[in-house]
Amino acid sequence: MGLRELIKQKIIYLDGGMGTMLLAKGLKAGELPERWNITHSDEIVDIHKSYYDAGSNIVSANTFGANSLKFSDDELEEIIGAAISNVRKAQHLTSNKGEKFVALDIGPTGRLLRPYGDFDFEEAVEVFAKTVRLGVKYGADLIFIETMNDSYETKAAVLAAKENSDLPVFVSNAYGEDGKLMTGASPAAMVAMLEGLGVDALGANCSLGPKQLKGVVDELLLYSSVPVILKPNAGLPCTCNGETHYDVDAGQFALDVAQAVENGVTIVGGCCGTTPEYIRSTVEKTKDIAFKAIEKKNDTIVSSYSHIVKIGEKPILIGERINPTGKKRFKQALVENDVDYILREGFNQQEKGVHILDVNVGLPEIDEKQMLETAVCELQAIINLPLQIDTADSEAMERALRRYNGKAMINSVNGKEESMSAIFPLVKKYGGVVVALTLDEGGIPATVEGRIDIAKKILRTAAEYGIDKKDIVFDTLCMAVSADSTAAPTTLKALNYIRNELCINTVLGVSNISFGLPEREAVNSGFFAFALENGLSAAIINPYSVEMMKVYYTYMTLHNMDENCSEYIRFATQTLANIKSVTSAAPTHTGEADGRVTPLQQAIVKGLKEQAAAVCIELLKTVPPLDIVNNEIVPALDIVGKGYEEKRVYLPQLLMSAEAAKSAFEKIKAFICDSGETQEKKAKIVVASVEGDIHDIGKNIVKVLLENYGFEVIDLGRNVAPEMVAQAVERENALICGLSALMTTTVPAMEKTVHLIKARMPDCKIMVGGAVLTQETADLIGADKYAKDAMEGVRYAEEIAVKAQ
Amino acid sequence: MRNAVLVRSYGATPYDYSEIFRYAGVRSADGDMNELLEQCLLECEDCFSYNVCYTTLPVNLGGGLVEFGGLKVGSKNLSAALNGCESVVVFAATVGLGIDRLIKKYSRISPSKALMFQAIGTERAESLCESFCKDLREELDEKGFETRPRFSAGYGDFPLSCQRDIFAMLDGCRRIGLCLNESLLMSPSKSVTAVVGIKRKG
Repeated sequence: MGLRELIKQKIIYLDGGMGTMLLAKGLKAGELPERWNITHSDEIVDIHKSYYDAGSNIVSANTFGANSLKFSDDELEEIIGAAISNVRKAQHLTSNKGEKFVALDIGPTGRLLRPYGDFDFEEAVEVFAKTVRLGVKYGADLIFIETMNDSYETKAAVLAAKENSDLPVFVSNAYGEDGKLMTGASPAAMVAMLEGLGVDALGANCSLGPKQLKGVVDELLLYSSVPVILKPNAGLPCTCNGETHYDVDAGQFALDVAQAVENGVTIVGGCCGTTPEYIRSTVEKTKDIAFKAIEKKNDTIVSSYSHIVKIGEKPILIGERINPTGKKRFKQALVENDVDYILREGFNQQEKGVHILDVNVGLPEIDEKQMLETAVCELQAIINLPLQIDTADSEAMERALRRYNGKAMINSVNGKEESMSAIFPLVKKYGGVVVALTLDEGGIPATVEGRIDIAKKILRTAAEYGIDKKDIVFDTLCMAVSADSTAAPTTLKALNYIRNELCINTVLGVSNISFGLPEREAVNSGFFAFALENGLSAAIINPYSVEMMKVYYTYMTLHNMDENCSEYIRFATQTLANIKSVTSAAPTHTGEADGRVTPLQQAIVKGLKEQAAAVCIELLKTVPPLDIVNNEIVPALDIVGKGYEEKRVYLPQLLMSAEAAKSAFEKIKAFICDSGETQEKKAKIVVASVEGDIHDIGKNIVKVLLENYGFEVIDLGRNVAPEMVAQAVERENALICGLSALMTTTVPAMEKTVHLIKARMPDCKIMVGGAVLTQETADLIGADKYAKDAMEGVRYAEEIAVKAQ
Repeated sequence: MRNAVLVRSYGATPYDYSEIFRYAGVRSADGDMNELLEQCLLECEDCFSYNVCYTTLPVNLGGGLVEFGGLKVGSKNLSAALNGCESVVVFAATVGLGIDRLIKKYSRISPSKALMFQAIGTERAESLCESFCKDLREELDEKGFETRPRFSAGYGDFPLSCQRDIFAMLDGCRRIGLCLNESLLMSPSKSVTAVVGIKRKG
């Protein structure tokens, strides 16, 4: 019987600790255990045999760290070949007559993926892929991805396994004492992502003993529809007379694991500190427990790198603001590749209380595929909300889904054959909850029945692709009521039927309904209330609209979904009360002639973001934008900058002022965008942290200040290859390039970058800064300017800009 | 079982405000700065996890060469720091990835807060090292040993490149989720590795 069938029918036993056994046989600190497959083959076979003898069904080959980061291609092949053959030998030698399998064991690479480390996602996929291909070549029966403490690296490994083999894939993660992965994922979030990727079994191993992992295992069992694995340590390590011991003995270990099996775990083994004795006791204590196949779960769930959002219990809000449609300022940000603008929209919507962020960056002028991938990666780095990836371009969709660290919401598919054949394979491969629009080749049906028929067709086709109905939410499409007076009832009736009769979740973009009408918010919020009443599971809305949020919070409170009315009270006391105070306190006057600081200047000097923005909005009603910049913002920044140079103002204060100025600038930018004028910028400056350096705080400080002084800053980020910097300088025809390095090890990369730029763009001035640099180093590597701090960088840029004019 | 790598988890220690301000470049804090710090401390309250992994290894010293756990390095400063020691504790300490997330988030939306979080993270990592070294000192004292001040790769002539060897000894990724990047920086960034010399008293 194949392993895929077997795991549905009986308890499967894995092996125990390998590292523990190797240390006992004399492996030294710092020595690579994978080499022992070749140099100490007999010892390895012996260990494997002892696990089979103890009752293991699956023994992992000694390939935990066998990857191309640690070994050359030739040595890697030799190691994996030998490792699998060692397990096969043990299979022949053992007295165990039961089912026996050999797993290709894959552990973490030891490097953290970007953006928190320096390892590229696709590079990681390729590293794992090499190991997988060799495992397949030498005849492994399954792929066991284990001890992963990062969800993103786990995803890279699973993709590599699925793309390079048809073998069963087991995935086991290492959870910390807080019950989460090191990079933040909850067990439920891992279930969502891993099931989406189509693994055969999932679970927990290493880090803790069976008792401490109980909470994690219970959560896995609660959410998983595939068999759950438990492979814990022999408790926690302790030293006694210079020797290390684990604090749970074989007997206790077996009892604890048996408890987990009673609760529904069906694949068990041991990790650090466990020996064949532990496995033998575990088999003994669990073999008579009746096998209980895991139940299929029917919740509609999306996830981020940290947590899940369940659709179908309480109504969920999806923020719609990351979308250029009808927003000039957003379009400008996309054209200028201003990712920070997108991030701020994400962050602000999170502050307003949305649960999921819709991400749409489609604009004809830009490369949407690249931009969507970038936006998804940047958003998921700093915001822990699940994303709804929103694009009509299936290639852009695939690139974004591939990089997404979780189970995404996919917007959208519809009843057209072309749409389903493009989107469903992506849902199947990467996982996700897909928004299905009830339209097809014939357009949007005018009747309720027409829309329901399309919904049923979509469900049938999804099932053919192996997509469960829990991973579909229907959008019954709302049209403008001004064009069709029956629009709302049709949408709501179809919605009601799908939710209550078909028992499938629903979603609506609510704001279409009011198109063409005055005071649209009144219509939208009313419609939103009716949709909720008819069974709307998730709404795509503008969370900045107080009217919409009023409906949401009152609905929750009135439907017993808000315990003690606490969410409503928070909304009422914070948001609603705040609106009243801001409108009454907006200051108005400006530009006093007697040299005293004006309100805007004061707000900037004191670093008050909200106030600076509010005063600026008032000023824009009467004062030309450029006058505000020249007479208000720049003088205020000069006051603070001078204070900093004279050491009266500290760096955090300088930055707070810069942020306040930036929030005023943002209002001016939006104003100029709306009026259709084009903005004049001083000059372009490319900034980057050099290759190998992942520090960017210094560079970011310089960037913010330069922007304040009107420069157009092209920020290439950190760990940027010399070639990339040179290309950007050339492409942008930059006046200045600013490079930052924090470590002595990255100064050579900086030097290389300087030379490359000088060779291609001799007129571009290069300024350098960062902890390790001095005037001498700067001279040595051929930079034009060493700036000791951010203000000096700004002064230099101003000087160069004046000369250039 | 010898050469085993052990893990210790710690609770939060009280913040040292003056150290945080020093790391942030603030010489004397006024009301605004105190308010900013308080806001940041509130926000990062739950983001730390204090973990140390360590191993005890015999050390050979001679002719300016230092040898332990498969590492052999010529370093006068390290030799001096370990003078008279028969073994070393090699450790890696990290306060986790949570603070890196906050730093990254705020570097995009509020650099002043990002700067404060940088300072807080550095202070936390140093404080964790102090807690661990204090425990080590007290435990070894009872057994008749004294410990020397911790010494990290990158100090003096102890090359930063030795980080690779130290990581090979500690298996930091598996034990405490600590990774080493190509450029020898660590992720999570608020982390420290160091060597502590152990010497018989007397």
